[in-house]
Amino acid sequence: MNILPIIVIDGITFASWLFLVSVGITFIFGVLRILNVAHGSLYAIGAYLGATLILQFAGHDQRSWITLPLLLLAAIAVGLTLGPLIERVFLRRVYGQDEVIGLLTTFALFLILEDVVRLIWGIEPYLVEGPFRLFGRVRMGGIAFAGYPFLLTGVATVAGLLLWFIIHHTSFGRQVTCVINDREMAGALGINVPRIDLMAFALGTFLAALGGAFTAPMMSVEPGMGVSVLVLAFAVVAIGGLGSIGGAALGCILVGLARAAAVQLFPEIELFVIYALMVAVLLWRPQGLFGTIELRKL
Amino acid sequence: MTAAMIDIQNVSRAFDMLRAVDDVSLSIGEGEIVGIVGTNGSGKTTLLNLITGYLQPTSGRVVFQGTDITGLGPRRTTALGLARSFQTPQLYTGLTVLDNVLIAIAVHSGRSADFWMPMYRSDRVSKAYELLARFGLGDQAARSVSKLPEGGRKVLDVALSVILEPKVLLMDEPTSGVSARDKFSVMDTLMSALKKHRVTTIFVEHDLEIMERYAERAVVFDAGKIIADGPVADLLARPEVRRAVLGED
Amino acid sequence: MIATATRSRLASGAIAAFAVIALLPLLLSDWVVFLVALALAKGVVVLGVVLLLRGGLIPFGQALYFAIGAYTVGFLANRFGIGEALVALPLAIVISALVAAALGLLLTRFRGIYFAMLSLALSMILYTVLIKFYDFSGGTDGLSVRGFALAGVTPAHPGLVQYYLVLVLTAAVVYVGARFIASPLGYLMQAVRYNEIRIEYLGASAGRAILASYVISGAISGLGGALVAYLIGHVSPDLAFWVSSGDFVFVAVLGGTSSVFAPLVGSIAFEFVKNYALKFSPHTWQLTLGVFLLLVIYFQPQGLWTLLTHPRARPR
Repeated sequence: MNILPIIVIDGITFASWLFLVSVGITFIFGVLRILNVAHGSLYAIGAYLGATLILQFAGHDQRSWITLPLLLLAAIAVGLTLGPLIERVFLRRVYGQDEVIGLLTTFALFLILEDVVRLIWGIEPYLVEGPFRLFGRVRMGGIAFAGYPFLLTGVATVAGLLLWFIIHHTSFGRQVTCVINDREMAGALGINVPRIDLMAFALGTFLAALGGAFTAPMMSVEPGMGVSVLVLAFAVVAIGGLGSIGGAALGCILVGLARAAAVQLFPEIELFVIYALMVAVLLWRPQGLFGTIELRKL
Repeated sequence: MTAAMIDIQNVSRAFDMLRAVDDVSLSIGEGEIVGIVGTNGSGKTTLLNLITGYLQPTSGRVVFQGTDITGLGPRRTTALGLARSFQTPQLYTGLTVLDNVLIAIAVHSGRSADFWMPMYRSDRVSKAYELLARFGLGDQAARSVSKLPEGGRKVLDVALSVILEPKVLLMDEPTSGVSARDKFSVMDTLMSALKKHRVTTIFVEHDLEIMERYAERAVVFDAGKIIADGPVADLLARPEVRRAVLGED
Repeated sequence: MIATATRSRLASGAIAAFAVIALLPLLLSDWVVFLVALALAKGVVVLGVVLLLRGGLIPFGQALYFAIGAYTVGFLANRFGIGEALVALPLAIVISALVAAALGLLLTRFRGIYFAMLSLALSMILYTVLIKFYDFSGGTDGLSVRGFALAGVTPAHPGLVQYYLVLVLTAAVVYVGARFIASPLGYLMQAVRYNEIRIEYLGASAGRAILASYVISGAISGLGGALVAYLIGHVSPDLAFWVSSGDFVFVAVLGGTSSVFAPLVGSIAFEFVKNYALKFSPHTWQLTLGVFLLLVIYFQPQGLWTLLTHPRARPR
């Protein structure tokens, strides 16, 4: 059996999931220059809320199409509420300080949110496999693949394209680009930087929750799910270069293919290969594939 | 002809479309005191960055005492005997004035890897106080650099470069931000010491009075090119030079 | 820089504190004594973190050396039947230092977020290796550590002997740390945090200073891990998990970076609060940690230690 198509397809679907799950972190870093450790919790909350909505409104028949908009709704809800709340109340006061402080702040938020999740949803896992089973299996070239990951690929592609469109073809996107390139200059040019910060963080939160919500049907939603995803997201985003969405996409593809190859050829090193790839890329280009080094002006 | 101390050969540096330094050649002999003037953005600071290797030239070479030092970087050029002070003082802002000086002394005496003996050794500390006194910063020793006024920071920045006992000292606007009262006293002490030790001095200046008083040779920059190079008094008397330097200010 | 008067006050305070801690086993239960020993051993790791924090770097992967030290003890005891601390402890330090030197060559090219993430990734690599290779490391079961001996003697009360061993070694590490902080390299590390360009323009290498600190930091973290292995009597992969690193960073930030004693005090406070909070309400422990960390960040970024030594200093 030719494993190459398996590796490619598995790789692409895993890469799509990775992209969905990690693009929020790199976007927020690009705009706010803060590494959002709380991203892991926002991902988890997206998953929990998505699961809750499905159980509430599609409880008896999870295999219906209504579950998909419900997942989207969950992500939007998280993005619109938690995003602005966190940015305005907790993050705003640490801008401009050591980037270490930003990291520690989001780490503190992560700790808090992890317990908040436990307090709200308890520690028993939630299972919402309906949407997953909805997509059944797809036959390609004599091999059966699960159908749901292809949906994820679609969602990730749409999300990526939408993000690209927003950044390049809307006024909001142009302002964001300006802030990313030079915060001070953007303010001097009359851009309402605090408002951009808020909206960017909300968007990043939405993306994190989106990743979580659409992951919910694939695995059991349980405490600590954000933790494992966080480290993966860090690795991918470091490979691609912090702040670069295109870089994140490329990083995801590299990691996806590498992991898929490992799973087929050397299953023991599956986890190891992702970190090894990160170390290898950073050895070659310390700022990541598309990251930039900033030389201080003398 | 004696070998030049610093020989800048056809050095250019471009940033996208902007030619910050455009095919500049300059030869400076040992012990010369050269003042570089020109309007803002004419390439003066970029030149210092290129000499010390903080920036790589897009073309050309920098030769120091016969050795090609092009693009070597600040650490290696400093180790070879160049020192530099900055337009915006580069200091350890969270530490005290004294600590800034002590660190420079410790590094210069080769103790930067010492993790066991105390920094606060009496000989090192008295040397630090002595230097601070020479620069009029004696009473500021315990103050955090972040609390130091702009002029004090400038002077400290220059002092740090002088500690290194360099063969070539590059200074970027050493008196900007320093009060009129202190300007001359600091420069008097500094320049006479540099002359005494035959330190080749290159300083970028805006203040023509300082230039006339302390530089022997003037090099005039305009839009990345050298437009005049000669004895200070002659050059600064020329109207086109004064226009190039003061005209657009 | 702490003024001389405060310093001698601190020194005598420290000696008094150590005297009290030395007498604890006479006064308190075995469990409390164990917890203090554990806190001190972990405090040593936190001191390693602090050495790097002073340079403006967050080592989010210090658990790597913690685990290396612990598993060195684990292997010797479990696979080779060697429980002799005088063999295992120096070996743990040496191995940790060597690994730190090798990895440091890569890691010290980075700063800020990248340094944090890369050090995290390296510790997670160890974690995945420890989990996967069961025959080598015991997998998620880990290895039991039995047969603790000191200078050839197997003590009747190992807990007590370990307690004093930890106390002595902690004091030694504190001494080394204090000398480091007061040394030219220690000051250079602080300078790294504020202005690397100036360092390069003095002719020194920020990278080399960081590497030296990283090796020393790794070595003492390895020692801390080795001591913890003896105390707990068991080693498992979650010693290398990033949550473990996070705890060390948390305590380091809480205690602040201005004194060698802060990590120890912070660590003791942390272990005790954690112990009782977990029993009392397991699902609000992280919440409390997070809230506390936020309070420190917003109101006292230099850490709680400064509240104790400079009670009238206003927060910046």
